[in-house]
Amino acid sequence: MEIAKSLTKTASFAKEIRKKTLYTIGKLGVGHIGGALSIVELLALLYDQEMRIDPKNPTWEDRDMLVLSKGHAGPALYATLALKGFFPLSELDTLNQGGTNLPSHCDRTKTVGIDMSTGSLGQGLSAACGLALAHKVDKKKNLVFAIIGDGESQEGQNWEAAMFAAHYRLDNLIAFTDYNKMQIDGMTDQIMGLGDVEGKWRTFGWYTQRVDGHDLEAMSGAIANAKGQKGQPSMIILDTIKGKGAAFCEGKVTNHNMNFDMAVANEAIAQLG
Amino acid sequence: MENKEMRAVYCDTLIDLAKADSRIMVVEADLMRASGTTGFQTLFPDRAVDVGVAEANMVGVSSGLSAAGKIPFAATFGCFASRRVFDQFFISANYARLNVKLVGTDPGISAAFNGGTHMPFEDIGLMKMIPGLTILEPSDPVSLEALLRACALHQGCTYMRLHRKQTAPLYKEGETFTLGKGKVLKDGSDVTIIALGAILVPEALKAARLLEEQGISAAVIDMHTVKPLDEELVLEYAKKTGAIVTAENHQVSGGLGASVATFLAKAHPTRMAMVGIQDEFGQVGTQAWLQEYYKLTAQEIAKQAISLRSNR
Repeated sequence: MEIAKSLTKTASFAKEIRKKTLYTIGKLGVGHIGGALSIVELLALLYDQEMRIDPKNPTWEDRDMLVLSKGHAGPALYATLALKGFFPLSELDTLNQGGTNLPSHCDRTKTVGIDMSTGSLGQGLSAACGLALAHKVDKKKNLVFAIIGDGESQEGQNWEAAMFAAHYRLDNLIAFTDYNKMQIDGMTDQIMGLGDVEGKWRTFGWYTQRVDGHDLEAMSGAIANAKGQKGQPSMIILDTIKGKGAAFCEGKVTNHNMNFDMAVANEAIAQLG
Repeated sequence: MENKEMRAVYCDTLIDLAKADSRIMVVEADLMRASGTTGFQTLFPDRAVDVGVAEANMVGVSSGLSAAGKIPFAATFGCFASRRVFDQFFISANYARLNVKLVGTDPGISAAFNGGTHMPFEDIGLMKMIPGLTILEPSDPVSLEALLRACALHQGCTYMRLHRKQTAPLYKEGETFTLGKGKVLKDGSDVTIIALGAILVPEALKAARLLEEQGISAAVIDMHTVKPLDEELVLEYAKKTGAIVTAENHQVSGGLGASVATFLAKAHPTRMAMVGIQDEFGQVGTQAWLQEYYKLTAQEIAKQAISLRSNR
């Protein structure tokens, strides 16, 4: 795939995030590798191009924020934050160890750069709505980004939040659905199909787009469109592949929380070049 | 202070707080008219958020508001504020160490005509299991106003049971209250009644008068903060009177009675009786009928106190 010049650096960043994610989970020997790898390009784009952030001032009050509602994908976000300099790369070695700042699910009280604690699925979008509303009340320009999973979309609270964001015209909220088509018990379509997922968000009043979640240029265009919307929140459905970029797990329905060792991780890292 | 609707005190106090602090917000789930906060909405339309009938989202949105530095007071009926949103309040608000002030209105039998579905006898028990959460139930308009102000200043989540109805003042205007410090309403030497809320604290005072007629000197404590429990005061009165009756509009297991018993079992084993709900569901009826049915009365408190003394 030809990549626009401005995104070449971001593509390299994505590759590094993927490698560090494989390393972090491989070192531990078990983790949510599938849903972490499916959002790597999105995280690279957000933190390299789209979000106003300052790793040296992680609580900067004018920063853009991210709520990773599918909190189990934490390791991919930790790799992103470490590579951006929010904390030392060496911290990645501590994932899930007693006393770590990097728990399996995102925790705003432990990890520098994490804006909201998540992990109980279905709750993050509501919190993102609250953040976005607070910024509206304060007439601040900060944007709030949120990432929900496709399996997570089965939680009803998302749809309460969906109504809310449209009703309160939260055009400073841009959410993504990581539509990797899989969940723990199998293919999403077989467990509890999302049906016309674009239509659902559109009907709920969201400016809805659907793009390839591994195509930086397509996502960049969609985010630009979303940022240009007035009066309604944005949902960008990302068609993704669970476990993307690591042959041992890519597209395998068993990759939600998978055991693999450092040898397997190293092989996948080497294949990325 | 004259008799006042507690919900009017709730709204007036929040308005007063909001005038001085732009971080104060009100979040509700289609019950502003019930909670009495429409006045707040009129004055601060941008800071009053109605999420519709969606309590989980109410707590989630409040958590997000708090993460952005706001101080949200989120209110709904106590049954929904506890059972319906327990995980949202647990994870998005408390586990995230945010600053959400959750208010459960119509505690216990005060839900009256809404009946068993709306009658929380277990909210305190649920909330007590959340580490570090402050849990309160004011007994009158004066303590409500003071404790609301204390909640706003407190950094961390709180859960307050709010009796909405007209309630007679027990305290003089200007009385001061501290979170976690019970109030001795009446001193006594034979038995201590530790009571909670706008129904049982007045009943406890009536019970003390009934006991007085029989020559029994009863102390009465308004334990407006269930958690953290004022252990110092409990210990002092356990030692002083040697007998304790707790009284609450809630299940005794999991409620104030259980808290006092758990503490005293370790610190100073004391003969106790617990007036409150004894493992039953709620049901419909007038508040007066429910009070008799569930034995949340001065007579029952006095009976338990006498029985404690005679079994000495």
